[in-house]
Parts: sequence; structure tokens; C-alpha cells
Amino acid sequence: MDQEVIFWTILGMALVTYIPRLLPTLFLSGRKLNPIAGAWLRLIPPAVLSAMLLPSLIVREQRLDLSFDNLFFVAALIAFPVAYRFKSLSATVVVGMGVVALGRYLGWST
Amino acid sequence: MRRTNAVDAADPAICQQIATGMKRALPIVLGYVPIGFAYGVLAGKSGISEANALLMSLIVFAGSAQFIAVGLFASGTGPAAVIVTTFVVNLRHLLMAASLAPHMSAWKKKYLSFFAFELTDETFALHSTRVSILNQCRPEALALNVAAQASWVAGTILGLFAAELIGDVKPLGLDYALAAMFIGLLVGQCDSIIKIVTAILGGGIATVLFLAGFQQFHIIIATVIAATAGLGVEQWIKK
Repeated sequence: MDQEVIFWTILGMALVTYIPRLLPTLFLSGRKLNPIAGAWLRLIPPAVLSAMLLPSLIVREQRLDLSFDNLFFVAALIAFPVAYRFKSLSATVVVGMGVVALGRYLGWST
Repeated sequence: MRRTNAVDAADPAICQQIATGMKRALPIVLGYVPIGFAYGVLAGKSGISEANALLMSLIVFAGSAQFIAVGLFASGTGPAAVIVTTFVVNLRHLLMAASLAPHMSAWKKKYLSFFAFELTDETFALHSTRVSILNQCRPEALALNVAAQASWVAGTILGLFAAELIGDVKPLGLDYALAAMFIGLLVGQCDSIIKIVTAILGGGIATVLFLAGFQQFHIIIATVIAATAGLGVEQWIKK
């Protein structure tokens, strides 16, 4: 892909990332949010994180795969309790990547 | 005109605050260096130029969106879809900004603008644990943010260098860094039953839509439906 197109795309990404960070910071500084809007916004992070995550764990080659052949799914079964127990992003990332690396070393196909 | 910045920097109380802010950033730094490294390696392998990969860490500074963008660029996805996806994925920062801002009434606009630029899931999590001091401790809060982004950029640079040495990212499990990061962030978010229900709904709907062939907009559609349904359940329980 053309690096110049990528450059302009990154500028666009920067803009659409900054605006949702900036506008509430500027305009709600020292104010209160409508309670219903606040309650809805509070549910966005778990909804969007899970929506991004789950298909990458349980869909393989356009099909649902909840078997132990699916290394990403197996690694998640280990990474979730690690995240819950240690409340640490870096520990979760290291263990998750470690399980995938080990799994591939031991012969998992993915 | 006096250079107020120079006076600020010489004030021992301000130096103390900056040191405290950098110390508080340490857990983030420990997480960002390896994840930034993974991003740098993947970006270096994907055909994006090193300058563009680094630029993304400097001006976008949003881990998950950067990983997703690298994947989309590699698969030849067009600019519009990449930008829309980035917007959706990062829309969650709106909530984080909205929840911190009411505690920052004493901040000037230029400092608020700089603070917002470095607002991520992780810096938000740290600020929200000491939200009551945010108004008085501006240098501490900004130092925390700058230290966090510096570690992200440092990780990226290391990864870009290592990309040339690493033949394939798969044996190291680097292609799992993003999923693992989402697992850590998701577990950190799920502090109530209603959030767990919302997360299960969001993931379930996204999977169904993805399998049905909606592979560009499955994230935003699932997010909006799940958050709205979760809100409905929450309000219904309250009554």
C-alpha cells in the first residue's frame, strides 16, 4: 500500500481519536453529565472491548470454533483467570502471548 | 513578559509533583513497553514504513486502534474504513474524558487539550483512582501522561528495530498481543453484573454479525445494541 495514503489515513485516525478525547474534556470541565447518558456511556467500554475481542477468539476460517484445537480460544481460557487474579495488563499480555508461543512450539496448527 | 514556564519548572513543589506523576506511571510503563514492542514488530512486518508506524504512536496513541489499523493496512483495507473503525474503537474515550472532566474545573483550556491528547484506558484508570486531587495536581497528572506515552513510543521504536531481526511473529505469539490486551482491559472494566451482561451481549452480537458477513460494522452495531440493552436492563431493575 502507498505510504502517502497511509500517512493521510493516520492523520485522519489522529483526528477521530483526539476529538472524542478532547470535546468532553473541554466542555464538561467542572460540569455534570446527564445521568442516563452517563449510565449508557459507562456501558460502552465493556461492550466495545468484548465486541472487538470475542470474534477474534472463537471464529476461525468463517466458522465458530470452540474446540481445543483453537489455540487463541485456549489461550483466552488461561488469560482470563490471570487477568482476574492479578489485575495486571502486562501479566495478562505476557501470559497470553506465552501460551500461544508455547502452543505453537508444541505443535498447534494456528 | 516573564517566562512563567521557567518559573514553574524551578518551583520545588512542581518538581516533586512531576516526580510523583512519573512514579505513578510505572505500572503503565511496564505494560506499554512490551505491548508497544509488539506493535512495532507487527507494523515493521506489515509493510507500513517505519516513519508512518512511529507517527501513529506519536499522534494517534491508542494501542488497540493501532494494532487494528496495522492489520487493516496489511489486508489492503481502504482509508475510510480504517478511519471509521478507529473512530468506533476509540469512542470509549469519550466516556473516560466525560467522567474525569467534572473534576478539572481549575485547569486552563491549553492544559485540558494536552491532557486529553494522552488519555488512554490505562492513564484514565490511574487518574480515576485519585480523581479528587486532579484539580490541584496538574503537573503530576501531565507528567504521568507524558511518561506513559514516552514508554509507548520507546516500545514502538524497539519493536521497529527488532522487526528486522525477527523472521516471523507467530513463534513468539506476538499476533496474540492485542487479544491479550483486550482480555486484560475487559476484565478491568467488568466490575458489576450489568457490565458483565453487556460485555457478553456485545461479544455475542459481534460474533453473530461477523459470521453473517458484516465484517466492517459488526463492532459499532454490536456495541450500540449491547450498551442500549444493558442500560434498559439496568433502568428496569432500578424500578
